[in-house]
Amino acid sequence: MGAGHGHRLHFHGHSPVHRAQPHHKLIALVGFMLVVVATPRDFYPVFAVYAAMVLVVIRLSTVPLGYLAKRLVIEVPFVVFAVLMPFVAHGPQVEVLGLNVSGPGLLAAWGLLVKGTLGVLASLTLAATTEPADVLLGLRRLRMPELIVQIMGFMIRYLDVVTDELRRMLIAMRSRGCDPRSPRHWPALARTLGALFIRSYERGERVHLAMISRGYATRSR
Amino acid sequence: MSTPVLDVRGLAYAYPDGHQALFGVDLHVHRGERVALLGPNGAGKTTLVLHLNGILSAGAGTVRVSGLPVEKAHLAEIRRRVGVVFQDPDDQLFSATVRHDVAFGPANLGLRGAELDRRVMNALEKVGMLDFVDRPPHHLSFGQRRRVAVATVLAMEPEILVLDEPSSNLDPTARRELADILRSLDVTVLMVTHDLPYALELCPRTVVLHDGVVAADGPTYDIMSDAALLRRHRLELPFGFDPRQIGGLTA
Repeated sequence: MGAGHGHRLHFHGHSPVHRAQPHHKLIALVGFMLVVVATPRDFYPVFAVYAAMVLVVIRLSTVPLGYLAKRLVIEVPFVVFAVLMPFVAHGPQVEVLGLNVSGPGLLAAWGLLVKGTLGVLASLTLAATTEPADVLLGLRRLRMPELIVQIMGFMIRYLDVVTDELRRMLIAMRSRGCDPRSPRHWPALARTLGALFIRSYERGERVHLAMISRGYATRSR
Repeated sequence: MSTPVLDVRGLAYAYPDGHQALFGVDLHVHRGERVALLGPNGAGKTTLVLHLNGILSAGAGTVRVSGLPVEKAHLAEIRRRVGVVFQDPDDQLFSATVRHDVAFGPANLGLRGAELDRRVMNALEKVGMLDFVDRPPHHLSFGQRRRVAVATVLAMEPEILVLDEPSSNLDPTARRELADILRSLDVTVLMVTHDLPYALELCPRTVVLHDGVVAADGPTYDIMSDAALLRRHRLELPFGFDPRQIGGLTA
C-alpha cells in the first residue's frame, strides 16, 4: 500500500494553485508552453520573465523547489543532446572557456535547454498540484473526446500495476543470476519486456471482459 | 418446483482453435442455493462461467437465467441477473475511486443520481468497505480489493453471484472475512474454487466438472468424504483435513 492517496508526482497541499479549477490550469499550461516555444531564442530578457512567472506560481503552490528539481531529472536526455549541439553543429566558431564551438549550435542549445526546462518545470507544477483524476476531469470539461480521456484514465490506473509486474519479473530474473543492467543479458531483458507486453495485452482483454460483464458493451453512445 | 435461477442444458463449446472445452454440461441451481463448482485445471470451469453471462455463446445446448435464455437480444438483462466476480480484482477495478468502480455496473444499467448512490453505498456496506468509498482501488490491500470487486457486482443487484476463485491469494483472516460476507448475503451463489475446505464451509452442494462434463453433483460433505471420487477427478483435500471431523452443512 502506498502512503495513502495521490500519485508520486503529486504534492499534497491546499494552496490557491491546488484549488484552481483543473481545466483552467490545463489551459494556462498549454498556453504558456505555446508562447514559450514560439518566442525567438535570442529574446533573452523575455525568458527571464517566463522563468520568474513559473517561479511565482511554484512559490504560490507551496511545493518545495527541491521536490520539483529532483523530478527535473527526466529532462537529462535532452540536456545531453543540448550540450552536444555546439560541438557538432556547423557555422562560425566562437571561443567559450578555451573551447572552439559553433556559434549557431550554442544558440540552438540555449534555446532547447531553456524552453525544455521551462516546459518541464511548468508541467511538473501542474502534476504536483493536480490529482490525476482531476487532470482527466479538466480534459473532459475541455471537451476532449471521451474515448481518449478513458484511455488516459486506464493508463494512469494500470501504470502502477504494470511497473509492479515488471519489478517482480526483474527480481525473478536477478534471483536466477541474471543482471538486467549488463548488455550480455539484454536479450533476456528484451524477452521480459515482450512478455510484459503480452501480459498487459491479456490483462486489457480481461479488464474488458469484466467491463462487459457489468453491461458495458450494451451501452449505446 | 420453481424456475431455476440457473438452468444449463447440454451445453457444449469448442474454442475457435478447435479445442473443445465443454461436452454437454447439465446444471440447475435454485434460488438461495450456494453451490461450489470444483474441478482440476483445464476442466472447463472458466469456460462454463463465461457462458453464464453470455461472454461466450453456446456451440450446442442452452443456458437460461430465471427462465430467460442467454441470447444476444437479452444480454443487458442477463448481465444484470448474473454477477461475475473475476479472480484478479485488478481486472475488475479500473477506476480512480472505489465509488466510480462500484457505480460502473449500475450506471451501465441506466441508473443515475440518488438511486445510483444508494446502490453504491448499499453494496459497499454489505462488504464492509463503506469507509473506503473515495479511495483509489489500487491503494487498497488485496483482500479489500477482492471485497470491492464483490461490491461492484452486488451493486447491480444480481440474482446469482458467480465467484471465480474467491479465496485465492487471500490471507487466512481476509479469507474468513470474505466467507462471513458471502454467508451474510441473501443471494444465490455459484463459487468456482480449488479451496475444498472453503467449499465445505460455505456451500451445502458441490458440482464436480471434469473433462467438460459434470462428473458429480451432490451434498458437499458426501463428495468430500468420498476419497475415491476425489482422486478420480484430480481433487485433493489439504494435508490433515478430514471432513468427517467437521461434519456437513445442512442443505
